[in-house]
Amino acid sequence: MSRISRLLGLAPVLLTAACATMEPHDYTAYREHMPRSILVLPPLNESVDVNASYVWLSTITMPVAERGYYVFPVAVVDAFMKDNGLPGPDEMHSVSLQKLREVFGADAVLYVVIEDWGQKYVVLSSNTVVRARARLVDTATGVEIWQGRADFTESSSSGSSDLLTMVISAALEQIIDSTADATHGVARQANYLMVYDERAGFLPGPRSPSTDAGDSR
Amino acid sequence: MRPFAIFAVTAIAVLSSGCAQRTPLYRWGEYESLVYDMYMRPGKADPTTQIAKLNEDIERANAEGQRVPPGLHAHLGYLYYGQGQLDAAYEQFTIEKTLFPESTVFVDGVLARMKKQ
Repeated sequence: MSRISRLLGLAPVLLTAACATMEPHDYTAYREHMPRSILVLPPLNESVDVNASYVWLSTITMPVAERGYYVFPVAVVDAFMKDNGLPGPDEMHSVSLQKLREVFGADAVLYVVIEDWGQKYVVLSSNTVVRARARLVDTATGVEIWQGRADFTESSSSGSSDLLTMVISAALEQIIDSTADATHGVARQANYLMVYDERAGFLPGPRSPSTDAGDSR
Repeated sequence: MRPFAIFAVTAIAVLSSGCAQRTPLYRWGEYESLVYDMYMRPGKADPTTQIAKLNEDIERANAEGQRVPPGLHAHLGYLYYGQGQLDAAYEQFTIEKTLFPESTVFVDGVLARMKKQ
């Protein structure tokens, strides 16, 4: 059997096994330092869109909290830090883990860097792009317990109308996105995919009803 | 397709791909939309408007027997604090701590600073 055909033969197995046990991601440190609470700092912004950090910040609480973690109130944390002489994400990211643990009592901190953000115009369509890298760090030990990416591109020319026939979930139909800001919706999707990724996302947290924390994979 | 529709559809696909259907832990209401607005469209989310909307969310969640998401009561407490309504602020921060003991260190610190004023 050629390598290609072997690969093709394997693909369906891998695809259908997504619900069972695939663990390309090493969750050892994550399980050892399973956080109950996560402090999300406004992300560093390497993109040219000055709004990226705070649009992103408004889309991260729901996925992380629904995954089973306590998420500190993002806007209050931001305001609190600004009141204490830290005017922006750069300064906030330089605060020591020890200090963050002392002030917030956070078990882990989610550090995010936005790499690319906004609408890109190509010949006949526009793409809305969100690309960010993220890491979750245990505040007690400084150990990085998880790292991943929040990437999503929405193309104006590609519809996903077939998906529209799917049932709409109770939680999400509450959200009425009335903003004309395309990056807002794309950031939401990117963050959902990051947190819920079957193979590389967050482990179910202590408040997740479905499993004992961290034991589902 | 509207961004919301795309988001909802994707989110469902993601949420339901965990093999078992799950119901949301919290009733989210306006909380995250208000966070967006306060940064991006502050005219739509002055403190008075936010306070009214968040209180409405809390009432609805209670009426429907659903949980209020983490951070919402603390966010509301912070708004009251900014308005000089310290009793209401104290009450909201205390509720946050009761519902989510994970917030104890932070809330106790905030309450201690409020008392000094």
